[in-house]
Amino acid sequence: MSVYTKIVELLDDKFGIAADEVTETTTFEALDLDSLDLVEFSMAAEDELGVKIEDEEAAELKTVGDAVKLLEAKGASV
Amino acid sequence: MNAPVAITGLGLMTPGGIGAAASWDAVLRGESTASPDPALEGLDVDFSCRIPGFDPVEHLGRRARKLDRFVQLAIVAAREAISDAGLDPESWDGTRVGVVIGCGMGGAPTWEEQHSVLLERGANRVSPHLIPRMIPNMAAGHIAMEFGAHGPNLATATACASGATALGYALDLLRLRRCDIVIAGGTEAGITPLSIAGFNNMTALSTRRDDPTAASRPFDVGRDGFVAAEAAGVLVLERPEDAAARGQRVYAKLAGYGASADGHHVTAPDPQGAGGELAVRAALADAGLEPGDIDHVNAHGTSTPLNDVSEARMISRVLGDRPAVTSTKGVTGHALGGAGAIEAAFSALAIHHQVIPPTANLDSQDPEIEVDVVAKAPRETSVEAVISDSFGFGGQNAVLAFTK
Repeated sequence: MSVYTKIVELLDDKFGIAADEVTETTTFEALDLDSLDLVEFSMAAEDELGVKIEDEEAAELKTVGDAVKLLEAKGASV
Repeated sequence: MNAPVAITGLGLMTPGGIGAAASWDAVLRGESTASPDPALEGLDVDFSCRIPGFDPVEHLGRRARKLDRFVQLAIVAAREAISDAGLDPESWDGTRVGVVIGCGMGGAPTWEEQHSVLLERGANRVSPHLIPRMIPNMAAGHIAMEFGAHGPNLATATACASGATALGYALDLLRLRRCDIVIAGGTEAGITPLSIAGFNNMTALSTRRDDPTAASRPFDVGRDGFVAAEAAGVLVLERPEDAAARGQRVYAKLAGYGASADGHHVTAPDPQGAGGELAVRAALADAGLEPGDIDHVNAHGTSTPLNDVSEARMISRVLGDRPAVTSTKGVTGHALGGAGAIEAAFSALAIHHQVIPPTANLDSQDPEIEVDVVAKAPRETSVEAVISDSFGFGGQNAVLAFTK
């Protein structure tokens, strides 16, 4: 399983977003996820992938692909 | 200054059903909506009055998860009320639209859920949505966001009178011309194990767990406490000339508001209902009505031994034996901060349809209660002027007067 697949799974599980609504270029804004949701997303990513996203990093995330890149750069593995 | 305002739209989410029509039909049928509540399993009181068949995601989509239930109910009720009033939020001047939504407890379910997260998973896992889901002014806040209502926006908190207080404040906003339209009401969805344990340990609740549908029985000699309910009621209020100018149907007029404080005890009413009397007399004066004008009282009537007898004494003393009294809480249970608003809607509908709903479960009227309580079947009669009582813990009283 890739980090991307894990994020898609997490978006479904935590936010009720169906997998077919998501691609790497989908923005969090298009998914109706605001800054508070991104804090929640970061908590879930830390639980699931063992990598901590700082609040200021979370604030910079625009697309699902941005989150994948950040998590991979931080050494996330699934 | 003391002109009445028109009620042009109604939205109800009650244990009687989703929508004003279903809710009104349920109170006219006069059958209790109480039933065993899985969320309360294992408690001494394990029943309540819930809204049947409410699926938040169906109404609110993914957004539902970010909203406590009291906000969900208020938004859905507001949508119905605004649509029912024939108003178009796309074209109204939102700067002239106010929102006042009372709430007694705020997001109790969110508070409890996140407290468990704190204990089980630590402070770093507490939801960032905790505060915006929980704070009691968020029902009004979300209604403003959804409809572009940019006028005065607030919650009122007078416990079980919160919904009525909101309507009284809305009346003032229109009379003072601070607003042209006010979306006002109350909401509550605080049925949780913690709150029910608290209410039960203060001996406020009926413990009739072997027969929940008989538990809420206002004015009956066998009453033993209230049944907790969830509900939201939202009314659209405008000045009558504005409603007439756009040819809008008016259910009834909100003609007066009276507020007072018992200054007596934390939870028990003054035994003679002295605080309630002050509020009723103030509402009558505000509406320009005499005691003898009142055809119908939608009572606070919680089904607690103390409230019903002190309220009935007060009604007899102030309004005499003429008004037909009912407590719709026999059907709906007690929706706390939502109660005053749904009962305001029922009062308006009683005027609109010229019929008074019965009090459920009134099999044997308490001999100490010497008012004319409508029982068993709706009473079709002339309904020109109505008083609706709401009394909150803390001794906070809010009484509304409605006219045809």
